Amino acid sequence: MAAGGTMSGISGDAVVSLRDVHKSFGATEVLGGISMDVGRGDVVCIIGPSGSGKSTLLRCINALVPVDRGEIVVAGMTVTSPTLDKLALRRKVGIVFQQYNLFPHKTALQNVMMAPIHVLKRDRREVEELARQLMRKVRLSGKEACYPGELSGGQQQRVAIARSLAMKPEVMMFDEVTAALDPETVKEVLTTIRELAEDGMTCMLVTHEMGFAREIADRVYFTDRGVIVEHGPPKELFGSPRDPRTREFLEHVL
Amino acid sequence: MSRPFAVLLPFRPGDGLAGIAGHRADRRAAAGLALAAGLILVHAAAHAATAGAKPAVLETLWRWTPFLLGGFVWNIVISALAMAVGTALGFLLGIAQISQVRAVRAPSWFATQLLRNAPWLVLLFYCMYLLPFQLHVFGTRIGIPDWLKAAFGFALPVMAYVSEIVRGAIRSIPAGQWESAEALSFTRSQTIWMIVIPQCLKRMLPAWMNLYAIVTMASVLANVVGVSEGLTAAREMLAAEQRVELLLPVYAYVLLWFFAYCYPIARATVFLERRWAVAH
Ligand SMILES: Nc1ncnc2c1ncn2[C@@H]1O[C@H](COP(=O)(O)OP(=O)(O)OP(=O)(O)O)[C@@H](O)[C@H]1O
Ligand SMILES: [Mg+2]
Repeated sequence: MAAGGTMSGISGDAVVSLRDVHKSFGATEVLGGISMDVGRGDVVCIIGPSGSGKSTLLRCINALVPVDRGEIVVAGMTVTSPTLDKLALRRKVGIVFQQYNLFPHKTALQNVMMAPIHVLKRDRREVEELARQLMRKVRLSGKEACYPGELSGGQQQRVAIARSLAMKPEVMMFDEVTAALDPETVKEVLTTIRELAEDGMTCMLVTHEMGFAREIADRVYFTDRGVIVEHGPPKELFGSPRDPRTREFLEHVL
Repeated sequence: MSRPFAVLLPFRPGDGLAGIAGHRADRRAAAGLALAAGLILVHAAAHAATAGAKPAVLETLWRWTPFLLGGFVWNIVISALAMAVGTALGFLLGIAQISQVRAVRAPSWFATQLLRNAPWLVLLFYCMYLLPFQLHVFGTRIGIPDWLKAAFGFALPVMAYVSEIVRGAIRSIPAGQWESAEALSFTRSQTIWMIVIPQCLKRMLPAWMNLYAIVTMASVLANVVGVSEGLTAAREMLAAEQRVELLLPVYAYVLLWFFAYCYPIARATVFLERRWAVAH
């Protein structure tokens, strides 16, 4: 069905599946056997101490980082297959980074339009219409002609979200997207993500915003030193954590 | 008489030799040179005024100006062509230097280093003697004039410098730009040409303009390998006039032409550097 990937035995309705994923950088093991399933429309949050491998996990899912061992399947494509069509995979998985990484030489609207035009080769007029619609969606109507340097951090981050959405991905991943923002602008970005989740977008969030995770997540994963220590609905994980490491971490951040 | 003074006026005499090691060394040295050139002209003018019968030095210079300019134009043609060819090739060489393929990266690095660390005059000699004086294309002979060969000779070091400028600028772009482009499915060459290079242009422009000014000044080297240019014209004029007192004023006059051409470029470079330093 999907270009460049073989169908896998992993269960049917999961959009993202990981089985025993291992990854080391040199001698440091960063992921030590991660397994998880994310169903269509699910919102999962990944929390854990710094250096526990959260960013690496997201980067493995869209093949920015190759894994050493294990299997990852995204929207029917086996990410870990040697014949993976990376470009096809990345059309299905959007990722937004902490540092926005907008293209500074393009306006907000051009940032949103670039990939659909040059990667998907779609008609420019059609794309522009889509881009304006997405700018409205992230509540940035009127800022289309601004360059990233003229926007606040929160506004840039919302443009980055719109830019990812323009590829019409099936899964959106957010890597600590509010970590570099002022408290006031954090809210507007979280609002955008909340609305996306409500629209039924499959979301994977790495976040330090525990309140937001509790509110929005269907499931929360707590990772430490490259393994998932425990996971469950936010009520359970935040309310009555079973593992002492989770308890210690939560005491620290809450 | 008033012409050289008009050039002199804006500069304070003390500036000429001071602060060579400082940040504005280039500008001050240039100002100093202009000062020296102006003084020589004035001196020559005074000398000629007392000499009597022969036409005054300035008058002679004025009469020969079209001829001298005709030579100087070749310095501009050669250097501009060298920059055009060298920049186009250097761009590709610079991008090849960051190739993921070792077999492309290593030779481009080597070529860059080799050309960048070779004396320009040697490269010039190589081009003069290695390039044929004519090409056979589909049975017709196309001559390659000497000035064209010289332009290619200068294009070699330009290529190497541009290659380094491009490589440096590309490396100065934050890794996040590459990563988000990759995450958006841009291919590597799309990322380079549509995202990285456009951001580099601004960073490269001051260094590139600086290079242009240097190449223009270096273009007199073409004279050594027998190509006619500004300095050749000056020599021919001196040979025709056979007057010792013209020697220094004529060279000073040629120098002034270079100054008038290169100094605004240097100033514009400084201006752009300052303006864009604030931008990021
Ligand atoms: N490209 C890389 N090369 C070498 N080591 C890396 C690389 N990327 C990450 N690491 C290391 O892997 C470990 C996990 O990094 P990762 O960024 O995934 O952690 P994280 O959970 O996202 O942390 P944080 O909360 O600080 O963002 C860290 O020790 C990091 O230094
Ligand atoms: Mg991280």
